[in-house]
Amino acid sequence: MHELAITEGILRIMEDQARQQNFSKVKTVWLEIGELSHLNREAISFCFRAVIKGSIAEGAKLEIAHVPGKAWCEQCDRIVELSKLGDSCPICGGFELQIKDGQEMRICKLEVV
Amino acid sequence: MCTTCGCGQGDVTINGEVPHGHAHTHNHNHNHNHNHNHDHDHGAGGSRIVEIEQDILSANDHMAMHNRQDFARFGVLALNLVSSPGSGKTSLLVRTASELADKMPIHVIEGDQQTSLDAERIRQTGVAAVQVNTGKGCHLDADMISRAIQNMQLEKSGVLFIENVGNLVCPAAFDLGEAARVVILSVTEGEDKPLKYPDMFLSAKLMIINKCDLLAYVPFDVEKCVEYARRINPQIEVLQVSALNGDGLGEWYEWIAAQSEMLQRDG
Repeated sequence: MHELAITEGILRIMEDQARQQNFSKVKTVWLEIGELSHLNREAISFCFRAVIKGSIAEGAKLEIAHVPGKAWCEQCDRIVELSKLGDSCPICGGFELQIKDGQEMRICKLEVV
Repeated sequence: MCTTCGCGQGDVTINGEVPHGHAHTHNHNHNHNHNHNHDHDHGAGGSRIVEIEQDILSANDHMAMHNRQDFARFGVLALNLVSSPGSGKTSLLVRTASELADKMPIHVIEGDQQTSLDAERIRQTGVAAVQVNTGKGCHLDADMISRAIQNMQLEKSGVLFIENVGNLVCPAAFDLGEAARVVILSVTEGEDKPLKYPDMFLSAKLMIINKCDLLAYVPFDVEKCVEYARRINPQIEVLQVSALNGDGLGEWYEWIAAQSEMLQRDG
């Protein structure tokens, strides 16, 4: 359950930001999670609710934007869609793929008071 | 995404209170005979948006960068060994440590949830080992490694083996500052593990197939396993070994020596 450690990391980032940017409460958190990242969205949402209890983000809303996976196909010489690791190129069926997009695990912005 | 109903609507534009700012052709079916207990102060005391744009793992990645700088300063090759429990990681490491100890300085960090049994096995070979117990944690992180190396005397041009917690999922996300990640898979497991746990195989430079002495007794298809691993990671290198009878270990030692030379050459 690395999502728990990762969610605790999100809370630490929010607490650091609260000190730097002078706010005391987080009302909404926007994350960007790529389709090919290490994270499971449901697990992040579950851990988030547990981790924020008693913190500056207690009761905060979590908005997760989904980033689709994209890879460079050597054979086709172009960017193709890749919805999960281990899938083949949707055009040529090959596996000579280099991931270009979809590994994001990013905290984008906060709505704060 | 709308967190009320789960419908995907992309980014939500916010100004003050989070609006439900997209059109719905369906109802959420909840009534409003209760209070939401939030104020509607949109004035000076209202909410504001703080842009962050930060990688969630940035704290770990930053610490990993410092570890990498420390390893580079000593010319120490750090290898992060990952696998499921029971792949023979510790047996491979015990044999490797004892057979390489007279050729180059060897350092070991052992990661387990509990006990110092693995570090003790390594110490019996005469090689110094630091045990990191993660408690309830399912992986090592860069901060644990930073603290562990403060307890070690890293020697110039040595090798540091970091044996991660036996787990093919969670350690994949955490950079420790290693030069390379080595994933170990044994023939008593399924050859489809690379497809089932792709994150780990994607980030590994080398896959070691261990317990090859058992190949005559188990229905493990090596060729298929390699094919699956290369579907995930076309560049992954592969070695077949038996930590028990020593088959293939010569090539493993050559691989380590080549990585170490590369590190000395390129810094």
